[in-house]
Formats: sequence, structure tokens, C-alpha cells
Amino acid sequence: MWWNFVVDRWPQVWFGSWQHFSLVAQSLILATLIALLIAFVVYGSPKLSSVANGVSAVGLTIPSFALIGILIVPFGFGVTPSVIVVTFFAILPILRNAVVGLQGIDRAIVESARGIGMGRMRTLLTIEFPLAWPIILTGVRISAQMVMGVAAVTAYALGPGLGGFIFSGLSRLGGANAIESVWVGVVGVVILALILDLLLVGLGRLTISRGIRVGK
Amino acid sequence: MSENSSPPSEIPASSRILLDQVTKRYPGQSKPAVDGITLEIPAGKMVMLVGPSGCGKTTTLKMINRLIEPTEGRIMLGDEDVTNIDGDQLRRRMGYVIQAGGLFPHMSVAANIAIVPKMLGWSKDRIQTRVDELLELVSLEPDQYRDRFPRELSGGQQQRVGVARALAADPPVLLMDEPFGAVDPITRQRLQDELIRIQEEVQKTIVFVTHDFDEAVKLGDWIVIFSEGAHIVQYDTPERILNAPANSFVEDFIGAGAGLKQLTLNRVRDVELAPAITGSPGEKAADVLSRIKEAGHGHAVILDAHKRPLSWLSRRQLSRLDVIPATQDHNLPAVIEGSTLSDALDTMLVSSAGAALVTGRRKAFVGVITVEVVMEAITRSRKASSLANGDSPVGTNTGSIGVQGGTE
Repeated sequence: MWWNFVVDRWPQVWFGSWQHFSLVAQSLILATLIALLIAFVVYGSPKLSSVANGVSAVGLTIPSFALIGILIVPFGFGVTPSVIVVTFFAILPILRNAVVGLQGIDRAIVESARGIGMGRMRTLLTIEFPLAWPIILTGVRISAQMVMGVAAVTAYALGPGLGGFIFSGLSRLGGANAIESVWVGVVGVVILALILDLLLVGLGRLTISRGIRVGK
Repeated sequence: MSENSSPPSEIPASSRILLDQVTKRYPGQSKPAVDGITLEIPAGKMVMLVGPSGCGKTTTLKMINRLIEPTEGRIMLGDEDVTNIDGDQLRRRMGYVIQAGGLFPHMSVAANIAIVPKMLGWSKDRIQTRVDELLELVSLEPDQYRDRFPRELSGGQQQRVGVARALAADPPVLLMDEPFGAVDPITRQRLQDELIRIQEEVQKTIVFVTHDFDEAVKLGDWIVIFSEGAHIVQYDTPERILNAPANSFVEDFIGAGAGLKQLTLNRVRDVELAPAITGSPGEKAADVLSRIKEAGHGHAVILDAHKRPLSWLSRRQLSRLDVIPATQDHNLPAVIEGSTLSDALDTMLVSSAGAALVTGRRKAFVGVITVEVVMEAITRSRKASSLANGDSPVGTNTGSIGVQGGTE
């Protein structure tokens, strides 16, 4: 039966899952930081903002498979190109949401912050960022879902994670356990995506102020 | 500069504001938004900036705390030239209130109020005490409101918190930019009354922008009427602006009913109040009824243990009761001593008794104001205005600071 495949290879499945999750989670944190930095720089200028939005729209059309292939040349196989690709794709939705979120804040609130003597930086960090955070976090969740799949593709560059099961299964289709191998990869990725999404929802509960949470 | 009865330490002369030939030009606009204005705001007074929209009154206000940097001219706070000091530091010394309070929605009421003291490095205990003190000042029960978020408050309550936040670090100056523009008329009247009461207590130098002339008359010690480019058309007391408008522009701005607007200048505390028969919960209704019959009154005011009015019962209501209940009537026609006669008239016209209850400190009952008293006041103020302005708060010395930028 098919579960014999999972049971027999449980250590590899477990290790692959953990590696996969770890790759996505770390890249996501890195992507969030980079996206926020870019957003902080561009959101005040309509011109730079539209450039950033354009880049994130165009960036999402790049096939991840092609990008990882290209990156093998300068970075070789393994972890480095994987992290770069996953982080790159993760940045895009977060950046877009961060710019939209920061621009969507009521100007009167920002002005009243300035009016009572808060500096530019203080206003950004203590007023604008917390108010945009729910929208930014939504971007992080979209990214998380998306790059779970992208991370599987990085197995092509021999990156870590569950992609290995998919590629090895696909390469010997018709052979013994080939379909099972692909299924393990796919289902594993889906389960990890659900777990990560739950964690992010929990993070939102903890970090979004009760004063701006939707529906109390 | 004024022979005000409050202790002089309350109003340091250092809170006088002077705009000295200040101009604001925006790039790409031929006419300056503010054209060489020289304006003195006397310490401890409430000065109203009024004018049609786009006249530059808000720009003028925002140049005082340098949210908008002036193109030319000097800004003086007391004897200090603040034109070039750090803007953020300057703004921490001036309270700032905008429409709907400009509260930060992700912070609790207490956190909102605590912002400026926190930036100034106050200790936690001191901030906490101050927050409660301020909530009480703006008539919000600290235990009930401290931990709420702005969206859990009504518009009027948000505005109160906005005022509390502006007062947090006890700044000598308060700048208010159409603060009551977004609330309903009844709430606005209450907030205005509240502001009058608070100002009596705190004696700040207040600059208040509004497009509502009635609001200016009601609140202002002084009114500045602007035309386009922040040209001062008239800078005078409300009394004198109503009685002697400088030109037809001011007349148009005052609008119809200048006589009735005089009512806005008189406060309930300035007229004689009628006494009332009072009762308290638990008394026999028949006893109270016999007391008002004896006095020839039609109503009795029921007070709680703190002398706050609970209800206002007519003879008919009393005759139907056995014992006086302790229920609170939420629709009591009540005004405070600081209310204007115009507001009192509004209130009593909707009350069935044709009169209104007046409450003083801590909402304790003081007396009853009737339509007759108001009519008498109208007659009296007509006579008075034909004579001199004996009771205007400040003399003419700070009054007509020159009309600058007379290039037209």
C-alpha cells in the first residue's frame, strides 16, 4: 500500500519536511525585512511607489523554474540559489502590501502625530507601521503560500526540502513508487503551507492591536 | 495685560504668540497663501481664526507650530524666537487638536494621552496619574475609559480624548484646527461648553480655527476675521465685531440675526436664576407636591445625594406617584453655568417646562433659568451695547494689532 512508502522512508520525509519548512520560514523573515525596508523608502514618493508596484507585478510573472536554473550558473547548486529564489518571490507580495498599507493610512493621523511633536522616524515606527501591519501581514501570508511551491522547485538546484521527492518521482515515472514519491512531496508541501498559515494567523492575533483588529 | 482675577502664575507671559510679518508662498502659485501677517495672540486667551474656506486660516495656525514652515517672517513664543529651533521640540510644547481628535486607533485611550509625556521622559507613575487627572478634566471616568480603544468611543468622546492628549504635558499653548467640525450639533454644543469650562480651569493660550462664526462668538476672547491670503479684516472682541463690523465683508460673514447672536455673548452665570423646590428620592410625593403648591411652582427638581438633578417632576407626575423614585431622567433639559444664553434658549425651547435646569461644579444643581430671564437679558444687552463695552475682558491694547500686508 502507498503508506508503506511513507512509513519506510519516514526519516527522509520528516527531514525533508523540516528542511522545506525551515527554508521557507527563514526566507520569509528575510523577505519581510527587505520588503519593509524598500517600502519605507518608497511609500512617500508616488513615483518610486509605482516603480515598486511595477517590479512586484512583473517579478511575479517570472517562472521560478527558469530563475533557479539561471542562478545555478553564478551560485552553483545547493542552498544559496534556493534561498535567493524563495526570498525574491516572497518579497514581491509583501512589498506590494506594505506600500499599499502605508499609503492607505489616514493622513490626518500622520499629521496629528507630527503635530504633537513626533519625528519622522518615530511616526513611521510607532504609528504608520503598526497601522499598516495587518495589511503587511496579509502580504506575508500570501507570500508564504506561494513560496511553499517555489521552494519545491528549488530541488532542481539540489536545494533542501520536499522538492526532491517530486523531482525524483517525476524522473522515473512508471517505475516502482514513482507516483507515491510525487504524492508525498505534493501533500507534504500542502500540509506545511497550512501549518505555516496557521502560525501566521496566530502571529496576527498576538501582534495586531485590538484597536484595529477587524470584527473585534 | 489684563486684570484677570486668576493667579498670574497660571498665565506666563512666555505663552504669548507673535507672528511677525509671516508669509507663506507655495511654489507655482502667484499669490501667497498667507501674506505678511503680523498677529499677536495674548497669553491665556482664546483667539478664534475665522474666515471663508481657503482664506489661509489653517495655514496660519500650522505655521505657529511649524507643521508648515513659513517662507518669510519670524515666530515668537514669549520672548523666544522659535522660527529656527527644532520643529519636533517646539511642537511638544504646543498642544495640537484636529477634527475627531486625530487619535491613534491602535493605541488605548491612556496610551494616546501618554504619548507626549513619554517623549518628554516622564516616569511611569507620573504619566499614569496625569492620564487619570486629564480624563477627569474632560469628564470621562478613568476606570471606564482608560483601556478603551478610540473606535469604542463616540465622536464626542474621541474629541475629548483629543483635547486631553493635547493638554497632557501641560503645554502653555493649545492649537485647535476645526476640532468640533465632525460632530453633531448637540455634541458640538456640549464640547464647546466643556472647552469653556476647561479653559477656565487651565488658562491656556488657545488658537482655534473655525469656519463657524457662531462658534467663534461663543468661544473666543478675541476673533480674527480673515479674507483671502490671510488678510486680517477685523481683530476684535466678539462684542465689538457684532456691534461694529469693520466693513460689509464682516457684515456678510456675521450673517443674519446679529441681535440673536448677542445671546451667545451672555452666559447663564451672568443672569439671575430662579430658585426651585427640590426633593430627594424616597420622599413622599405628596409632601413634595404640597411644597410646590405652597410656593406656587409647577415643578420640583429631584436631586441625588450629591445634589445632582435626577428628574424634574410636574404637579401631574407627582400626583401619580407615591414615593419619589431614584431614576435618572436622561433627557433633562440641563445647561451649565458656562453655557451661553443662546444654548440655554435652545434647550428650554425643547423642554416641556419652558425652562432649563442649571448645574454648576460637579454637576450640582444651582437653579432654574426661564425664558423670561433670557428675554430680559436681550433687552439689557441691547441697551448695554448702545453704551460702552464695560465688561469686555481685555482693553484695546492688544486689540487692533495693525492690519499688515495692505498691498491691495
